[in-house]
Amino acid sequence: MVTVLFFASLRERLGTGREMVPLAAPNATVSMLVESLRAREGPWSEAFAPGKAWRVAVNQRMASLATPLAAGDEVAFFPPVTGG
Amino acid sequence: MPIVRVQEADFDTGRELESLTRGRTDVGAVASFTGLVRASSEGSAVSAMTLEHYPGMTERALEEICREAHGRWDLIDTLVIHRVGSLAPGDRIVLVGVSSAHRGEAFAACEFIMDYLKTRAPFWKREDTPAGARWVEARESDEEAARGWE
Repeated sequence: MVTVLFFASLRERLGTGREMVPLAAPNATVSMLVESLRAREGPWSEAFAPGKAWRVAVNQRMASLATPLAAGDEVAFFPPVTGG
Repeated sequence: MPIVRVQEADFDTGRELESLTRGRTDVGAVASFTGLVRASSEGSAVSAMTLEHYPGMTERALEEICREAHGRWDLIDTLVIHRVGSLAPGDRIVLVGVSSAHRGEAFAACEFIMDYLKTRAPFWKREDTPAGARWVEARESDEEAARGWE
C-alpha cells in the first residue's frame, strides 16, 4: 500500500485529500499508479487525462512518471504551485 | 543559515528583519521582499484568499531553496516566512530576508529565493471573487523567471 495525497483544485475535484492505494506490482512506478487512478469512474479519468497539468511528489520530493514506488511511500498529486 | 517558517499568524516585518542583524557587526546588507494580498486579480475583485500547503514538503522545499541560495552567493542568513490559511486584501503573505556583507549578494539571492519559491514550493492560492471561489492558475512568466537562474 502507498498513501496517496491530493491537494488544492485536484483535492476538490476528486472529493478526497488522502487514501491508501494497493501497489499493482512489486516494481510499481508512478506511471502505473496514475494509470490505475485514470481507470476510475467520474472525475478521476478527467483529472488524470493525458495532457492535464499536475505535479507529483514521492516522499515529499518532486518526482516523475518513471519514479519507482515501494510499500509505505507517500505519493502526492497537485496542480502547479501558486504561492508567494 | 536558513530560517523557514510556515504559519497562519501574521508576522512583524521589522522585527523579523532585525533578527538578521541583532548582536552582529559582520552584516553589511539586508535585502527583503514582502508579498501582499491584492484586492483585485485578473480583472475581478478579490474579497479573501485562502492559502493551502503540503505540511512537511513545503518547509523542506523552502529550506532547499535557501540552501541553494547559500551555495550560489556569499550570504550570512536567509529567512522565509510564508503564511497559510485565510487572508484578506492588504494582508502580508510572505517575507524573504537575506543578509550578507555586501548588497549585490543580498539583492540577487532575495530575488532568486522568491522566483524559486513561486515555482517550486507547494503552496496553492484560492481567491474569493464576486463570481465565486477560484484557484489561482500558475503563470508562465513565473516559470520563465525561475528558468533565468539555471
